[in-house]
Amino acid sequence: MIDFELTPQLRMIKDGAHAIAESSFRPISRKYDEEEHTVAEELKPLAGLITGGMGDMTSKKKDKKKDPGAKKENRNGSTLLSVIGAEEMAWGDNGLMLAMPGSGLGNFAIQAVATPEQLERFGSKFAAMAITEPNSGSDSGSISTTAKQDGDEWVINGEKIFVTDGNQCDVIVVWATIDKAAGKAGIKSFIVEKDRAGCTVTKLEHKLGIRASDTASVVFEDCRIPKNNILGSSEIKTKTEGFKGVMKTFDSTRPMVGAIALGVARAAFEFTKKILEDEGYQFRYGLSKHKLVAVEKEILTMEAELEAIRLLIQRAAWMSDNGMHNAVEASMSKAKGGRMGSEITRRCVALLGPIGYSREWLVEKWMRDCKINDIYEGTQQIQQLIIARGILDYSKKELQ
Amino acid sequence: MINFNPTDDQKQIIDMVHRFTAEVIRPNARDCEENKNVPDDLLAKFWELGLIANSIPEEYGGYGYERSAVTGVLISEELAYGDLGIAIAMLSPSLFAYPVLEMGTEEQKKKYLPEFCGESFKFATMALMEPRVTFDATEIRTSVVREGEEYVLNGVKCFVPYAGRADLFLIIASSAPGSGVNGVEAFIVEKGTNGLIVGEREKYMGLNALELHKITLTNCRIPVENRLGGRNGFNYQRILNLSRTALSSMASGICHATKDYGVSYAKERVQFGEPIAHRQSIAFMLADMAIESDAMRFMAWKAAWLGDRGDDFTKEAYFAKLYASEYTTNITSNGIQVLGGHGYIREHPMELWFRNGRGFEIIDGLAII
Ligand SMILES: Cc1cc2nc3c(=O)[nH]c(=O)nc-3n(C[C@H](O)[C@H](O)[C@H](O)COP(=O)(O)OP(=O)(O)OC[C@H]3O[C@@H](n4cnc5c(N)ncnc54)[C@H](O)[C@@H]3O)c2cc1C
Repeated sequence: MIDFELTPQLRMIKDGAHAIAESSFRPISRKYDEEEHTVAEELKPLAGLITGGMGDMTSKKKDKKKDPGAKKENRNGSTLLSVIGAEEMAWGDNGLMLAMPGSGLGNFAIQAVATPEQLERFGSKFAAMAITEPNSGSDSGSISTTAKQDGDEWVINGEKIFVTDGNQCDVIVVWATIDKAAGKAGIKSFIVEKDRAGCTVTKLEHKLGIRASDTASVVFEDCRIPKNNILGSSEIKTKTEGFKGVMKTFDSTRPMVGAIALGVARAAFEFTKKILEDEGYQFRYGLSKHKLVAVEKEILTMEAELEAIRLLIQRAAWMSDNGMHNAVEASMSKAKGGRMGSEITRRCVALLGPIGYSREWLVEKWMRDCKINDIYEGTQQIQQLIIARGILDYSKKELQ
Repeated sequence: MINFNPTDDQKQIIDMVHRFTAEVIRPNARDCEENKNVPDDLLAKFWELGLIANSIPEEYGGYGYERSAVTGVLISEELAYGDLGIAIAMLSPSLFAYPVLEMGTEEQKKKYLPEFCGESFKFATMALMEPRVTFDATEIRTSVVREGEEYVLNGVKCFVPYAGRADLFLIIASSAPGSGVNGVEAFIVEKGTNGLIVGEREKYMGLNALELHKITLTNCRIPVENRLGGRNGFNYQRILNLSRTALSSMASGICHATKDYGVSYAKERVQFGEPIAHRQSIAFMLADMAIESDAMRFMAWKAAWLGDRGDDFTKEAYFAKLYASEYTTNITSNGIQVLGGHGYIREHPMELWFRNGRGFEIIDGLAII
């Protein structure tokens, strides 16, 4: 039955996340925007509250089947939970949220595919995710970092860039190829502990926004890790099964990025609306357009957009939780959230004039922060590609 | 608990309406538009589906299924997927039936509802909109004054579906014009009542399959018992909300139709040696259509869901319509663009959907769910 009611549990998570966002993030938001690359010690006590985007709060996976062709198991509401939590956390601060120990994208991947033994070893570690390389961005299937088996170990070589949390994290989930000739099928992911010899952080990026979150380059030089640090099987399947497996985490992380954009946009929206109300503007719901003043119409339209983003995200998350294939719907939510969320923050800055542009307030920061959500985890254009291929029933060859 | 899955009963209804749309509405859409009416045999076929009688309780002659706005938007989206003008024409009896069902007195229900459970299409309608540039549904100028045991109605209405054929009219009027929604009430007026003058057929850019008229009320006198809801009156805001919700679901229908037509065309049409859908500028337009038409659908669902719970859904219904008005024009315009010059030609439905789609910004008061 069609239903939009949040369960009491979800409402609790939402309220809890909101409280953290308000009391722990907002007060230090500006500080860590300005003190880029300083680790926010205030977040340490919050470690473990979120793991793998909160997946930890509900799903304890015991015996797992690893047949990628099989229907995904029911995720027990965990994707909905993470998108609802993420919206609230990002409402507090997008950068700090990413910098929360345990909240890394790598944690998502581990939660999604790790064996019980791996969960035991890495479940509570702060895990970053390293896919991107200097010559492989959107075309993530073209990566050239290699992993070669040598006795009981894998030997990793290559350079990763733009690794979120790459500096602060304990472990990095690294995409590498075990057989370049096998193309995408040869791409596997490996858990590399940061303190392994041959793993070096070489650079921290200076960014437009989300400065509380570090973005690192990491070089692997003959970096040796145990054989059982591979996520999933080392078998090279025909065609691209293995690659599809690693791509699958996107089905739950993309709605999550959409939700982050929504959270930041909502923060900007609420602030803007409040200030305008204090200035004497009224926002009347239900009038025809002739009656609305321009500012009023803009506010109402933005609020409708926020609702649209939220519904697309909830749909994608609900599908994921119910074991449905949601790659297209996940991309829809991310495309919409990333694009319109960013757009809303830009409109808010404009609406607030000097206050919007001023670093005394956070709106200008939210505009800088939000933009990243239209880029990482697949840019706007990459989401459009996935959606278009889905509705046209096209292969990657037919639509490039 | 969040759930995007219609019930099994609703799925059956969707399937049935979907088939009806494909077999009856879509193939006739162009003819209906050009001939400017919906032939009676099509209306009869629609009536056979029993969709309106479904929500009328058995005691009034209906089938007594649960009355649900969610089911309503599922139906209206499917019908509009075929053609908006025909969809509104077919659902127009509910403009009268549903408010009576939801808000009428016992006598009113007994008297009128059985007429909607008969064998043949019942022409009945609502008159809400008024012909002026700055029309706003919250400011009704048609006036009502009580004189003894009668109400006297005066004013002009436009965009009244089937006014030329309807036996029953629900007239929206205000006892205190200029004071917002508070004084707004609804009155049952039967065909042939003195002072109810049905004007000429209105001509619009789109929706030509739908017969729309102006009507004029000149000292139109009706007995006091014809006030909808009797002494309690009726809930005007809810009617507006249902109307906006219905309209946004129908906008979603048009947009899904546009996207689907665009998809199949773009895969067939070859230029520069390849199907045009191989080009991102075409494919991405289609992807955006998919995103927005789904968003519209869910906004309509959410508003309807709130409406079914009896919550106030003024905001959600308003958002749904605001959103739909904004995006439908854009999507249907891009629909033409995907077909290029062919999209401009009346052999394809894109130009029709573009004309129909522009209506959402303008129309209010079509509470057909
Ligand atoms: C702050 C930050 C944090 C990040 N965190 C991580 C992380 O934790 N882990 C990680 O692995 N990566 C991370 N990334 C990398 C991010 O995912 C990539 O930057 C992104 O996927 C785009 O790749 P690119 O920058 O190389 O751009 P490119 O791929 O070079 O794209 C440039 C432009 O071309 C467009 N484009 C590319 N291909 C196509 C196509 N086929 N059709 C149409 N348009 C196309 C893109 O949309 C974009 O507009 C992060 C990036 C940033 C900035």
